[in-house]
Amino acid sequence: MLDLLLRALLGGLGVASVAGPLGAFVVWRRMAYFGDTLAHSALLGVALGFLFDINLNLAIIVLCVGLALVLVTLQKKHIIATDTLLGILAHSALSLGLVAVSFLDNIRIDLMAYLFGDLLAISQTDVYWIYSGGLAVITLLVIFWKPLLAVTVNEELAKVEGYPVEAIRLLLMLLVALVIAVAMKIVGVLLITSLMIIPAATARKLSQTPVQMASIASVIGCLSVCGGLWASYRWDTPTGPSVVVCAAMLFLVAYTLPFKRLR
Amino acid sequence: MNKRLVAFEKIGIAFDGRVLLESIDMTISEGEIVTLIGPNGSGKSTLIRTLLGLQEATSGKVVRHKTLRIGYMPQKLHIDPTLPLTVKHFLALVRGVDKRQILPTLEKVGIGHLLQSQVHVLSGGETQRVLLARALLNKPNLLVLDEPVQGVDVNGQVELYNLIESIRNELNCGVLMVSHDLHLVMAKTDTVVCINQHVCCSGSPQHVTGHPAYQALFGVPGADESIAIYAHQHDHVHDEHGSILADEGDAHAHDHSHCHHH
Repeated sequence: MLDLLLRALLGGLGVASVAGPLGAFVVWRRMAYFGDTLAHSALLGVALGFLFDINLNLAIIVLCVGLALVLVTLQKKHIIATDTLLGILAHSALSLGLVAVSFLDNIRIDLMAYLFGDLLAISQTDVYWIYSGGLAVITLLVIFWKPLLAVTVNEELAKVEGYPVEAIRLLLMLLVALVIAVAMKIVGVLLITSLMIIPAATARKLSQTPVQMASIASVIGCLSVCGGLWASYRWDTPTGPSVVVCAAMLFLVAYTLPFKRLR
Repeated sequence: MNKRLVAFEKIGIAFDGRVLLESIDMTISEGEIVTLIGPNGSGKSTLIRTLLGLQEATSGKVVRHKTLRIGYMPQKLHIDPTLPLTVKHFLALVRGVDKRQILPTLEKVGIGHLLQSQVHVLSGGETQRVLLARALLNKPNLLVLDEPVQGVDVNGQVELYNLIESIRNELNCGVLMVSHDLHLVMAKTDTVVCINQHVCCSGSPQHVTGHPAYQALFGVPGADESIAIYAHQHDHVHDEHGSILADEGDAHAHDHSHCHHH
């Protein structure tokens, strides 16, 4: 039992640490709905992974990045308003994933675990995946921090100064896809975005620089994982949703208590 | 002889069949302040976006000197309020910036005390100065300023224009400025290019303000007219030219007969 909890805690902390800084970018660039769309499509990645017998994490990453590229292309063509486009893609991808999963009769899939996460079902291999994926994300974030931030602050200025704006935007999508792939086990496709944006939004209240906001978001995400896991153990509540509820409570606390607003 | 930094050669831009610019010829040299004027929707911003590489020209080309290095000051700065950012951090984002230059550059534009301020709380004039500092930190030999005095009161405008001139004198860089009208920028400008889809007229400020094509767009400037009256006339002309496209076509035909003075 203790082993199980420890593994869950390790996995959860790993995911929360990377979801925080990346969530900050999602918040700054107003990509929350975009993240949601990618996350929803991850289920389709799982189904395809089973179908073609390839590594699930890999399948999810490939599908997310592919969908991100499709999204950007469609967005440029101005066929329809972006939020409508995202709504169409998000729910079509999710439904397509559910339909595809139903065709896999010879494999039993715990659908609830993929939709809402199951922190307690996490395996040793999962922990390795989380930490290697997470390390890759953090390394890329650190190396490309300045260009990522410059493009986020003002794309035109960045372009005139010679930053490769398109490549940086693509990198950010790749990072979001990676985080979704590693976070799915913990909070599930429906709740992944919340683990990115709620800690980041909470951190906004407490920070004065982008680096501060990204690091505080990590810490808040980790606190939420600890709290959610504890609640789940104590009252036998579902772990993924418990973590999200905990994050939301921290958000409320940060914005209602009279902290000095740092601006 | 100051070297020529940029030459626009017969630049034309059309978008969805609508002509935004046609056959624009223009040059900017080191040490020269060129002011681009024209009514709303005349294609001023589109032209400088072509120079910056943010917009592809449909025809013609932009010839850039091989040493060209642009410092760009956009019209305004929108930073999402969820992104906490001090002026110092904003300026540190310049590609390849020497961080020791940040404070001296801020002091040069007169806002050294704002180093640790959040960018969200700056006034219009302060924001423009921060943007100017960012443009300068890119070590440019050409400053491209898109409506540099937007949202700044009249006194502030005069100060900003003085500052831009003193920077030009110090660095001997070229300056390409976009402006709504000539009134305040006049004394600081070497060359004025008046555009309305095409180049209506260009030359020294005195030459341009006396030009019929300019007067057709901006009215006849009187030597002792107050700024308020002048500004009023100016707004009035904007409405006419902004809203009625058929008339603009006519105006073109008319203007063409006076065109291409250099």
